[in-house]
Amino acid sequence: MQLFAFLTGLALATALWSGVQAINAEARASYDAAAATLGEGQFDQIAPRVGDTIAQADYLSLRRQGWLVSPIIEGDLGGVRLLGFDPLSSPAGFGVGQVAGTGDLGAFLNPGQLFANAETAAQLVVSVPVVIDPTIAPGIAVGDIGVVQRLLGRSDISRLLVQSDQPMQRPELSDVAPHLRLQAAGQTADMGELTDSFHLNLTAFGLLSFAVGLFIVYSTIGLAFEQRRGMVRTLRALGVPLSRLISLMVAEVLLLAFVGASIGIVLGYAIAALLLPDVAMTLRGLYGAEVAGTLQFRFSWWGSGLAIAVIGAVAAAGIRLLQIARMPLLASARPRAWAMTSVRAQRVQAICAGILLGGACVLALAGQGLTAGFALLGCFLVGAALLLPLLVRPVLTLAERVAKGPVARWFWADTRQQLPGLSLALMALLLAISANIGVATMVSSFRLTFVAFLDQRLAPELYVEAADEAQAYAIEDGMMAQGVTVLPLLTVETEVADLPARLFGVRVGPTYRENWKFLDAVPDAWDQVNAGQAAVTNEQLARRANLWVGDDIDIAPGLSLPIAAIVADYGNPRGQVVVSEALFRDLHPDVTPRQFGLRTDDPVAARHVLTSDLGVDDGAITDQAALKAFSLQVFERTFTVTAALNVLTMAVAGFAMLMSLLTLADLRVPQLAPVWALGLTRRRIGRLELLRAVVFAVVVCLFALPVGLGLAWVLLAIINVEAFGWRLPMFLFPLDYARLGLYAMLAAVAAAVWPAVRLMRTPPSALLKVFAHER
Amino acid sequence: MKTKAQILHLSGVEKSFDGADGPVPILRGVDLSLAAGETLALTGESGSGKSTLLHIAGGLEMADAGAVHVAGHDLTGMSDTQRAAVRCTEVAVVFQQFNLIPSLTVADNISFQARLAGRVDGEFVADLARKLGLTEQMRKYPEALSGGQQQRVAIARAIAARPKVLLADEPTGNLDESTAADVLGQLLALVAETGAGLMLVTHSPAIAARMDRQLHLSKGRVA
Ligand SMILES: Nc1ncnc2c1ncn2[C@@H]1O[C@H](COP(=O)(O)OP(=O)(O)O)[C@@H](O)[C@H]1O
Ligand SMILES: [Mg+2]
Repeated sequence: MQLFAFLTGLALATALWSGVQAINAEARASYDAAAATLGEGQFDQIAPRVGDTIAQADYLSLRRQGWLVSPIIEGDLGGVRLLGFDPLSSPAGFGVGQVAGTGDLGAFLNPGQLFANAETAAQLVVSVPVVIDPTIAPGIAVGDIGVVQRLLGRSDISRLLVQSDQPMQRPELSDVAPHLRLQAAGQTADMGELTDSFHLNLTAFGLLSFAVGLFIVYSTIGLAFEQRRGMVRTLRALGVPLSRLISLMVAEVLLLAFVGASIGIVLGYAIAALLLPDVAMTLRGLYGAEVAGTLQFRFSWWGSGLAIAVIGAVAAAGIRLLQIARMPLLASARPRAWAMTSVRAQRVQAICAGILLGGACVLALAGQGLTAGFALLGCFLVGAALLLPLLVRPVLTLAERVAKGPVARWFWADTRQQLPGLSLALMALLLAISANIGVATMVSSFRLTFVAFLDQRLAPELYVEAADEAQAYAIEDGMMAQGVTVLPLLTVETEVADLPARLFGVRVGPTYRENWKFLDAVPDAWDQVNAGQAAVTNEQLARRANLWVGDDIDIAPGLSLPIAAIVADYGNPRGQVVVSEALFRDLHPDVTPRQFGLRTDDPVAARHVLTSDLGVDDGAITDQAALKAFSLQVFERTFTVTAALNVLTMAVAGFAMLMSLLTLADLRVPQLAPVWALGLTRRRIGRLELLRAVVFAVVVCLFALPVGLGLAWVLLAIINVEAFGWRLPMFLFPLDYARLGLYAMLAAVAAAVWPAVRLMRTPPSALLKVFAHER
Repeated sequence: MKTKAQILHLSGVEKSFDGADGPVPILRGVDLSLAAGETLALTGESGSGKSTLLHIAGGLEMADAGAVHVAGHDLTGMSDTQRAAVRCTEVAVVFQQFNLIPSLTVADNISFQARLAGRVDGEFVADLARKLGLTEQMRKYPEALSGGQQQRVAIARAIAARPKVLLADEPTGNLDESTAADVLGQLLALVAETGAGLMLVTHSPAIAARMDRQLHLSKGRVA
C-alpha cells in the first residue's frame, strides 16, 4: 500500500513535470531548427521596407556595389513553407540541415532537389525529388533558389542574408536601395521569445503539479516512518547504530525514487505525446510557430525529471529522518500527532502569507513584464494557500460554538483538530480548485469575447480570393453589378511607429460602422478615417507602441495620423493599422486587392455567379460560417492543453488528500475509539468522516472562489497583456464554478471513502486495544 | 434466576480468538450476575480474559455463545446500532487509559455521554467536578491533564451519564499508589450515591477487598 502510494505520488509528480518539460523541449528544438534553417537571428538581413519582395535588380546592384549578400526566397506551397537559397553565395555557417554539415553542395545543384523532414515531405506535392533530412525544421522544405522560384512561379527575392565580413569600401544601403532596410541579427522576431509565455504557462502548471506530487511523497514517507517507529526503537535498543539505520533507509528511498521517477517519465512521455499535437496546433494558431507533431526522447527533460524527483524524494525523506534521529531512544511507539502545529508556527505562517500577499500587491501595482506577472501569480497563490488554514480555523471554532448536540460539537472540534494534519492537502486542493476557476474564467471569457469579436470581424457573408489582378477587377465589377457590396481587403506588410505591422485599406461603410466595436474611440472615428485624417489600430500595436486614442502614429515615411480608435484583435500576435481605401491607394498604388469581403443576402447565388460567370475556383471562396468555425477550432485547441493539465492537477490534489487521510488514519483510531465506546456506531463515525471531507471541500471551495477569480484577473489583465498584447474583459460563470465545486467535493469524498470504509471495518478489538495497557 | 434487581446477567458466555494454530478459547462458559447498587471485583491473572469479559458485558464485543442481558436488554442478536444505544444509555465504562476525546475540553468530555443519552444535568455535572477536584480544569483539553486527573474526568463522565451498569477495567492501574487509592475512594463513593452496579477489573487483592463481592477468572471460568 505504502509502496504503491509512494510510487504513484512520485510517478504522478514526475509525469506531469517531465511531460510539460518534454513539450517545452520539443517546441524549443523546433524553434531552434527553424531559426537555423532560416538563418534568423544568426545573420543581418536586408528586407523591403514595405511589402515582402525584393526585385532581382536590387540584388544585382547591391552585389555590383560590393555588398556580400545572398538571396533567399520564401513562399507557401500547399501549406509547406518553401525556402530557396543560393548555396554558392550563402554565408558560411548558414545551416540547412545535414546538407550544410557535409558540405555536399553538389547534391544541391544538380538534380534540383528539395530537402525536408519526413513529416513535411509527405505533405509536399512537387515535381522534384524530395530528400528526407530529419534535421530540417518542421513545416519547411529547402532547396536551391532556382528550384524554389520555379516551384513558386516567382522570379523575385524575399530577403537577403548579409555576410558577417563585408568589404570596407561600400556605399550605404540607403544610397543603393533606399526602399530596403537592414535588420540586425538580434532584431528579427524570435519565435522562442514570442512563445515563451506559452511555455512559461505550461511550466507553471508542471511545477504546481510537481509540488503537489512531492507533497504526496512527503506524506507517504511520513506514513512509512510512522509505522516503523517501533521497529527503529527496537533495533536501536538492540544496539544497531542510528547512522546505519538512517543510511539503510536513505538507500531504500533512493532506490524507490529511481523506480518511481522512471515510471513517471514513461507516463510523462505518454502525456506529452498525447498533448503535443494540440500544443503544436495551438502554437501554430496563436503564433504561426511550427512545432513537430512527434516527440523525441530528449535527455534534457527526462534527465531533469529524474533529478528533480530523486532530489525531492530525498529532501522529503531527510525531513522525516531528522525527526527519527531526534527521537529519544525510549519514546513511546504510540503514534503521536507530528502534525500538531504550535502557536508559533502559525504566527510564522501568517507572517509569510502576509509578506507574499503584500509582494503580490506591490507587483500588481508596479510590476512590468511577463516575469513580474508570473512572480505576482506565484506570490498570490502561495500566499493564499498559506493563509488558508489560518482562516479555516476560526470558521471551525465558530461552528463548534454554534453547534447544539454533543455529536455536532464533537464533529466540529474534531474537524478543527484534523486541520494541521490535513492543511498541506487542503492547500493542494485550494491550488487545484483556484487554478481551475482561474483558467475556466479566462478560457470562457476569452471564448465569449472571441466569438463576439468574430461576429464583428467576419460580418461579410462570403470571402473570395482572386487568382490574379485581372480576376480581382472582374470580381469587383461583376459583384457590384449584382448589387452585392464589395469590401476589398487592401493589405501590405510595413513598418508603423517603427514596429512591424500590417496596413489595411478599407472601404468605410455600414459594415464597418455597425460591426466594429472599439475599445476606445473618438465620437466620429469612421468619418475621420474615411476622410483620410485618422487611423484605427489594433490593441496590441497600440500597447506595444505605447500610444492610445488621440496620439499620432507614424504610418508611412512623412505621414503621421492621429489614432481615431483602438479595436480589439484577439488571437493575432501582429500589429494592424486600418486607414481608408483612398489613402491606402495613395500610399501603395502598386498594391491591388486580392481578397474581397462580400455582403449579400443570398450567398448561394453570389457563389454561383462567382464560380460560373467569373471563373473563380470554388476553393477560393470561403463562407463566413466556415471561417468562423475554423477560427474557433484553433481557439478551442488553444486551451485543451491547459484544461487537460487542470484536470490532472485536480486528480493529483485528490490523491494528496487520500494520502494525508491514510497517513492520519493510524492517528485517528485513538481519537475515535472513545467516541465509539461511548455509543456511536462505527458506521456513523465513518459517515461523519465522509461528511468532514465534504465540509473541508466546501470551505476550501469558498476560499478558492476569490483566489481563483484573483488568478483569473491576473491572467486576463496582466499576463495576457504582457504575453499577447491584449487585455480581455472578465466575465463570471457561476454555473461553471458550482460545477467545479461539485467536482472538488467529489474528489474530496472519493479521497475520503477508502479511509472511512477502512474505519467502518475496523474490528472492535482493534478499537479496544487503545484502552488496554501496552503489553 | 433473573430477578428484578439484577442489572447485568451473563450465562454460558464463550469467546475465543484466532491464534496461530486455530481458535484459542479465552472464555469457556462464564456465568455472572450483578445487582443494582452492588460492587463486584473481577480478578485473575494477566491474559486470563478479564478485559474480554468486561467488553462483552458492556456490549463492546460480541460473545461467540451464551446470553448477555444488560438492564433488561438481551444483547444477543442486537444490531450494531441497538448495541450502541444500550452502550450509551445503560452502561458506562472507565478504561485503564485514553478514555477521553482529545478534541473536546474537560467540560465537554464529562457531559458528552450524558448529553448523548439525553440526560444532561448541569448542576449535577458541576457538583461532580467539585467532588473530583476538577473545577479548575473544566476548560482545559485532556492532553494538559495528569494521568490521575484524566482518570477522574473519565469517572466523572461515567457517573454523569447515570448508567445502570458501571464497568471499570483497572481504572487505577496506571496511577501511583496514593493517587490510585484517592481515585478509587471517590469512585466508590459516587457509585454508592447513584446506586449503579459496579464491576471492576483489578489484579490488586487490596482493591478487590474493598468490593462487596469478588470473582476470580481462571481457565475461562469464574469462581
Ligand atoms: N483481539 C484479540 N485477538 C487475539 N487475541 C486476543 C484479542 N484480545 C485479547 N486477546 C487475547 O485474549 C487473552 C485475554 O486477553 P484480556 O481479556 O485482555 O486479558 P486480561 O485483561 O485478563 O489481561 C490474552 O491472551 C490476549 O492475548
Ligand atoms: Mg486487561
